[in-house]
Amino acid sequence: MNSIKSNFYIFIMLLLIASCSDDSTETAYVNTPTPSPLQIPQLFQDLILDPVIPSNNPQTEEGISLGKKLFFDPILSADNTLACAGCHSVSNAFTDTTRFSVGVDGLFGRRNSMPLFNLAWNYDNKFFWDGRDSGLENQAFEPITNPIEMHTTWDAVTSKLQQHADYPELFDLAFGTKEIDSVLVSKAITQFERTLISANSKFDKHLLGTATLTPAEINGFNVFMDETKGDCFHCHGSDSNPLWTDNKFHNNGLDATFTDRGLGRVTGDPADNGKFRSPSLRNLAFTAPYMHDGRFETIEEVINHYSNGLKNSPTIDPLMKKVSQGGVRLSPQEKANLKAFLLALTDQDFINNPSFSNP
Amino acid sequence: MKQTSFLFVLSLLTIFGCSSDLDDDLTPANVTLSFSHYWEDTPVTNADFNDLKYTNANTDVLSIERLRYLISGIEFTNTDGETILLEGYNLVDVTNQTNLSFSPEEKIATGIYRNVSFLFGLRNEKNIPSAYPDLNAASWNVPMMLGGGYHYMQFDGKFINTSDEVQGFNYHAIRAVDTPGESPSFPQDTFFRVDLGEITIGADVEINVVMHIEEWFKNPYIWNLNEYNQMLMPNSAAQILIHGNGQSVFTLGNIN
Repeated sequence: MNSIKSNFYIFIMLLLIASCSDDSTETAYVNTPTPSPLQIPQLFQDLILDPVIPSNNPQTEEGISLGKKLFFDPILSADNTLACAGCHSVSNAFTDTTRFSVGVDGLFGRRNSMPLFNLAWNYDNKFFWDGRDSGLENQAFEPITNPIEMHTTWDAVTSKLQQHADYPELFDLAFGTKEIDSVLVSKAITQFERTLISANSKFDKHLLGTATLTPAEINGFNVFMDETKGDCFHCHGSDSNPLWTDNKFHNNGLDATFTDRGLGRVTGDPADNGKFRSPSLRNLAFTAPYMHDGRFETIEEVINHYSNGLKNSPTIDPLMKKVSQGGVRLSPQEKANLKAFLLALTDQDFINNPSFSNP
Repeated sequence: MKQTSFLFVLSLLTIFGCSSDLDDDLTPANVTLSFSHYWEDTPVTNADFNDLKYTNANTDVLSIERLRYLISGIEFTNTDGETILLEGYNLVDVTNQTNLSFSPEEKIATGIYRNVSFLFGLRNEKNIPSAYPDLNAASWNVPMMLGGGYHYMQFDGKFINTSDEVQGFNYHAIRAVDTPGESPSFPQDTFFRVDLGEITIGADVEINVVMHIEEWFKNPYIWNLNEYNQMLMPNSAAQILIHGNGQSVFTLGNIN
């Protein structure tokens, strides 16, 4: 009997010890997000430098998933009606179909919404048309408080997220804390945005040897690369730079005088007036209208601008050719071929990627 | 016994003597090339850009808006005529004030070098299309119809033309090419070697290289911007003139 009693005490003690041990583990437990490095396309690996990922915001499965949910959630706006995706639609390569986007108060901006893809390869790390924000995380801060966009406050947003049924747990999974703040919101959104990679156009496949260009597309590429014709390659990449942008700032001869000073407003240097960041030429089929103010509705209008519509100004880029004649004066056939080539940079898989659609 | 001790001491002296020689003659030093830019006697930085304040030898008034160039193949020739080549290249970007100094990974033994040189541009066998990701990312490429590879220099600006209008120029240096297209041919090499002369390296050293920008327009060809201003890449005659004028552009500055 004594032996049974004694065994019973030992058993109880073991249970207590095991129980204490479990409690201790739970107290010390911290979520460890699962690393999810960017899947770098073969062409990018072969041709250009690695993407820019801040060391304090590594890509994780939980962070990307949370960022995607936030990107599509109108909870980030003052009246819960406008999400990031409201002005950055996946079917339009994450830009808007209208010249200017409308905010929660019915006000319109004065710049065309920029498409979102291959953002991690912006080596200079300057975002927006005028480069006013350095770093994608900083860029993500602005629309939420911008009075003509989401027009709210970070206190209001984080309060709503904190009281939400799901978000505290999702932030815990992504960042190891249920305390939501603006920095973590920004980090999550940018983790998702960095996954928006476009590298599967017909021209990409041509470079990889799995697609054949038409004669018009080849001739159009030659117009693009010919310094005496289109001379597009100095600012818009090439078969050696699959970003199809230099991400630098240029005055491309849109105006003789400026109502929008662009980079000049940011730097305060008059020599920067009228300069805007070169957009990528990928996915033009989805990203109309074009230019920083969306003034051109078609690719033909864009080509005509460079061909015979250039306007001189003190800050026009010296790379703009034959300005006194309005431009490089392409023939109708050259224009048609150039358009055919540009459309070969269309990446249908990008806009149909289920990883990028509304969760 | 005495003989053994003597030999032992002699051996020690020999060993330490060898060690001392190695320290004296072969201590490797870090070498840095820094790049400064002048218009005649006046320093030029990007703060001087976008201003029609320079006048070239042809009396064209001009501004500088963008200036970047590639140097490679740094060589040290010692007094025995042996050459040490430091591979690698550096894209000097005056516009953004980046890469204005370049420190190759390899070190150089201290001593007297009767010549230090570098290449403006790339040797043809190194000028391989799409080969260098950093240069591709910098949109530094030359179209395949012009032979591919990379620019040697992009020097963009504006000048006042004979019609008294402000006009752009793109003084771009590449490998000169004839018959642009699928089978381009190359009339002559247009990369060139810049000899800096004798340099003594006693320890880690910074060698300053000065680009005299006005020389691009001056010597031996008096460059007329009204004649050669844009679309110079497919113009082999212009490229050969650029090559000729480049010979007097670089000089040795201070050694620190």
